[in-house]
Amino acid sequence: MSFAPAGASMLELQRRLRVRKIRDRFVESFLLLAALLAVFTTAAIVYILVSESVPFFAHVSLVDFFTDRLWTPMFDQPHFGIMPLVAGTLVTTFVALCLAIPCGTIIAIYLSEFAPYKVRELVKPALELLGAVPTVVYGYFALLVVTPFLQRLIPSLPGFNMLSAGLVIGIMIIPYVASVSEDAMRAVPNYMREGSYAMGATRIQTAVRVVVPGALSGIAAAYILGISRAIGETMVVAVAAGLQPNLTWNPLESAATITSFIVQVSLGDLPHGSVGYQSIFAAGLVLMITTLLFNIAGFFLTRRFREVY
Amino acid sequence: MSASRVVDQKIEQSVRRRKLFDQAFVLVGMAILFASLLTLALLFAKLVHDGAGRFGWDFFTNFPSRNAGRAGILSAWVGTCLVMLVTVAVAMPIGVAAAIYLEEYAPKNWLTAIIEINVTNLAGVPSIIYGLLALGLFVYKFGLGESIAAAGLTLALLILPIVIVATREALRAVPRAIREAAYALGATHWEVTAHHVLPYSTGGILTGMIIGLSRAIGETAPIITIGALAFIAFLPTPPVHAEFPFVSFAWLNDPFTVMPIQMFNWLSRPDQAFQVNAAAAGAILLCMTLLMNGVAIYVRYRFRKKINW
Repeated sequence: MSFAPAGASMLELQRRLRVRKIRDRFVESFLLLAALLAVFTTAAIVYILVSESVPFFAHVSLVDFFTDRLWTPMFDQPHFGIMPLVAGTLVTTFVALCLAIPCGTIIAIYLSEFAPYKVRELVKPALELLGAVPTVVYGYFALLVVTPFLQRLIPSLPGFNMLSAGLVIGIMIIPYVASVSEDAMRAVPNYMREGSYAMGATRIQTAVRVVVPGALSGIAAAYILGISRAIGETMVVAVAAGLQPNLTWNPLESAATITSFIVQVSLGDLPHGSVGYQSIFAAGLVLMITTLLFNIAGFFLTRRFREVY
Repeated sequence: MSASRVVDQKIEQSVRRRKLFDQAFVLVGMAILFASLLTLALLFAKLVHDGAGRFGWDFFTNFPSRNAGRAGILSAWVGTCLVMLVTVAVAMPIGVAAAIYLEEYAPKNWLTAIIEINVTNLAGVPSIIYGLLALGLFVYKFGLGESIAAAGLTLALLILPIVIVATREALRAVPRAIREAAYALGATHWEVTAHHVLPYSTGGILTGMIIGLSRAIGETAPIITIGALAFIAFLPTPPVHAEFPFVSFAWLNDPFTVMPIQMFNWLSRPDQAFQVNAAAAGAILLCMTLLMNGVAIYVRYRFRKKINW
């Protein structure tokens, strides 16, 4: 801050004030522009996905897109049925959730209702580290640790399979589910717990019948976050689930997902405007819409369960 | 035995059973928590064990090669550093500016609401979608090609929501009294923000930036999508020259590879020898992310301790 020296004229002071005010205005519009970048980014995502898929849908009808049971865009006789990729995505997501939702919820209940303060403070950052591991490293884990282990239990399991990819995605999203659920449970006011204890309930009864229902909206949000992560996860499936589109609901088989297809095509030579180029944008659009549908469902669910204290 | 004794005994039994159930849950919770954290340790140990033969000076100073034993990560780590440089240079000013706008300037109106919704939504967009955005926008529309600049911008957009959210939290933690004291001395809005609020929130902002970068450093899918190559046997143009003007930005347009892509490339080869390289690269990558997260936790802790409102 600049202070006026003694003896500076009134006019000079007024001029300085004006300059400072103009600078403020200028800075504010720059800040607004930076904030608006978030809106531009969303708009750009929608614009790019739609505009690049339009030529794709010009020569693939929507009916074929959703009913054809084959996805072979790079073959001489191309088939463009998205269902095999959607099935792969849903199967890996389902496997991941089967692991992450019970484990994440139990960890959240334990940390929020049972763990002493020190344990919680120590464990939460450690758990966040689990979510910070690069996904390609998790891919290594799925391919070279989890799959060989599972093959000992199920000898017929192929080297690439959706089960091990899904399980590893599950491990990856446990921290997200646990951390967001725990925050929601801790937001339930203490008098609710005390009321429950006063009625003679044990800690687990209080946790399951009072705290969890009270925090259900936040817990649902945590699950939705986990689902979005699992749907969009790319590298684990690209490494460990195989890259062959395969319309199956059996997690013991290998299959491609929407995301791993995009990676597979991107790895090759990809001339602008080719069918391969257009098909990854169409796949991306489907991925975006799937994520969006889950998020919208989550929005209404969380509103339905919202408890106000 | 009287009837009331029987009832008493039954109640006692029931209480014992419930307490047992309570304790059983604590054990289950601790077991799952411990198992999750053990997974992280196991993952790290496995990578170090598998890659043990490759940790050496050569690994850092050699280019990728057809011969697994001679292949190294020189172009990968140089590429990662340069891409991160671009990411920081873009994400830091824009993210902090957007957060300042939302936290200090934004009026409560529809525009602010739209910006906030967009920031929240962008945090949930799958990373591969950012890759498609970058492929359509940066690589082709802006003509940046498969360059370091395109990759850096992509990752900057990807971590922008993380930086914005962390910065907002840091700004919110500064008490109102500080702002009002500065206003009372005649400071303008921007002077209050730049001279008083920002210095106090440096710790939180740095933490958010480091967390964001640790996310960016491990991202593979969006970089593959924009077409980074895995086999780069040369370095980008050096940024510093012996002759005038000493500094060059030609490296921004150079093709590149990064650590996670190098690892993915080695991992997806059938040859066992390359998977040793993948393990070594993975261990180094994991070390980098864990180190960055550790630094972030430390910075947060230090600043929290230093400032007593």
